[in-house]
Amino acid sequence: MAIDPQPEAAIPAGGPGAPLSAPAGTGTADRGPWRIAYERFVRNRLALAFLALFVLIVLFVLAAPLWAHNVAETGPDQTHTVEKLHVNGEVREVVTPEGLPIGPQWFEAGGKFFLGADSRLGRDEMVRLMYGGRTSLFIGVVSGLITTIVAVVLGLMAGYFKGWVDTVIARTLDVLWSLPVLLFGIALGVSLAVSGLKIGPLELSAGSIWVPIFVISVFTVPYVARPIRGQVLALGEKEFVEAAIAQGAGPLRVMFAEILPNLASTIIVFFTLNIANNMLFEAALSFLGAGVQPPNSSWGTMISIGEELLTTQPLLAIIPGLMIMLTVLSLNIVGDGLRDALDPRSKVRLEARAGIAEPEGAAV
Amino acid sequence: MLRFIVRRVVGMVFVLFAVSILVFVIFNVIPNSPPAQRLAGKNATPQLVKSIEEEWGFDESLPKQYVTMMKKVFTNELISYSPRVSVEDRIVEGIPATLSLSIGAGVLWLVFGMLLGYLSAIRAGGKLDKFLTGLAVAGISIPVFLLAPVLLYFLTYKLEIFPNSGYVSLTEEPLSWAEHLILPWFTVAVLSIGFYSRVLRSNMLDVMNEDYVRTARAKGLSERRVMTRHVLRNSLIPIVTLFGLDFGATVAGTAIITEYIFGIEGVGLYAAEAIKKLELPPIMGVTLYGAFFVVFFNALVDIAYAYLDPRVRLGTSAQ
Repeated sequence: MAIDPQPEAAIPAGGPGAPLSAPAGTGTADRGPWRIAYERFVRNRLALAFLALFVLIVLFVLAAPLWAHNVAETGPDQTHTVEKLHVNGEVREVVTPEGLPIGPQWFEAGGKFFLGADSRLGRDEMVRLMYGGRTSLFIGVVSGLITTIVAVVLGLMAGYFKGWVDTVIARTLDVLWSLPVLLFGIALGVSLAVSGLKIGPLELSAGSIWVPIFVISVFTVPYVARPIRGQVLALGEKEFVEAAIAQGAGPLRVMFAEILPNLASTIIVFFTLNIANNMLFEAALSFLGAGVQPPNSSWGTMISIGEELLTTQPLLAIIPGLMIMLTVLSLNIVGDGLRDALDPRSKVRLEARAGIAEPEGAAV
Repeated sequence: MLRFIVRRVVGMVFVLFAVSILVFVIFNVIPNSPPAQRLAGKNATPQLVKSIEEEWGFDESLPKQYVTMMKKVFTNELISYSPRVSVEDRIVEGIPATLSLSIGAGVLWLVFGMLLGYLSAIRAGGKLDKFLTGLAVAGISIPVFLLAPVLLYFLTYKLEIFPNSGYVSLTEEPLSWAEHLILPWFTVAVLSIGFYSRVLRSNMLDVMNEDYVRTARAKGLSERRVMTRHVLRNSLIPIVTLFGLDFGATVAGTAIITEYIFGIEGVGLYAAEAIKKLELPPIMGVTLYGAFFVVFFNALVDIAYAYLDPRVRLGTSAQ
């Protein structure tokens, strides 16, 4: 990499990796940049395998109502405190008189209590795992979307207008970036969990899952906005922007029609990594009680409930934790694969060849 | 150098002010119910709510309320109301445990991160490198709230190698202190060990291409001397910066979850218990002090760094 004249400053103009990966005469001229990126991604077997894993997790979570109605015949919040199961001629209590929940039954009870019951309330852990995953993934994806959109708009404005607009935005992002995110997430999460939020048209009620979405979005914006601002600053110097301005294009048109398409590959990669990061953030908040509030549940709240029974039923804490890990890992590896495919010049390439995932998405 | 320090300290004061405003906004301005009600807690009597309202001056203008809040925080008058306990006292009580956890974990991750990164770099592409790479990826991918229960269940409950949760004072029983903290240290450090070993490895591979390394080899220095004196030393600069940022973030982040799971009576456990009860004053105190610590610590690291590396205080990368 030391031989590379400008290893970090390189930004592929005109689409993902287009002019860089198309040396004259290799026959790539007739294929668009997206097509080239796609072909590169398909060749990355590690990323494909983990993409498949992620799709499986999404399908698993989507199948929640099917499993709940047809196999477990119960809902995620339905309690079974006095129910008894008849397994192979013996009778098992879902919750013992001492308040201990039943362990995993696998298929012995026809799929009921596949992973046992969750607590002294006797709720079906498997059903909760599937529905909880919906909440976790939903929060991760939606807050990822919000973060990305806000970050792109802020980054575009700061990088395009420069001057005082840039100073205000960049300084604010710097301050937010230097804060201990989890601590402030907890502060805002608890504060809103007690009483909800109302700013103008934005109204969140206290127990809603939009509260953690809001909290996560606010504090992860700087991680995406700062690099995007840097890219916009660099792109603003390019001739095609000057040309557009000379043709009379206004700021909106330059920002969204000229600069934004050049950010596409960065945005896609950041969006993927951001979902993973946000899911970890959500799990940490919910685990501590500052994220998803009952009666809603997510993998994070399930770990926190299961953790109390760690000595007797360790799987109650370990399985949701494993699900979070697999989801986050697959998103990170897919994100890195996308980066390699869309922007082969980026620094991570050397690492990726050795089969390693760039960890910045994993480090909260 | 003096100019750099002045600039950095002014920046720090500005950020500290911004932090305190942000905390004020989070707790007293944006939420959607009377602030006194929230501070009092769920089962508060109307009299208590009334007295809190007067104490905090919630009927006055926002700037006045801000001044009242800051005065309370700095004069040890921030109190959790059920039962009435001074938040500062509880935080001070928790500091030894939290620092024991964070500093121990920091030492662990620096030593092992550097060791593994160094081994990985000098054997780049070989079997050892591939093995360590796999280990690092695994370490980076395991979230604390999975690693901690797994370690606790298998090593403490099942095999009974480590003592059950709690914190033992260092001055009273140093051995027991370490024994109780080994698992928590490891839990906090694993992610960073993986991360730092990767960063060091790629830095070292970059530095190996530098001209001065070739010169050192051409002079006839032994390979080991080239690696330790020339390559490793020059690869450590980014690690020092990273450590400054990560250490603060760990004290105010991962440590909370780790203390909670292992039952270490530090500031993090205090905060976690307050969250479970949705009790606001302790969270306000912990957030403010935690953020102050992180900002202050980062400034300190920057100044130390500028002292060690003149390029930082002269160059543009001084942020």
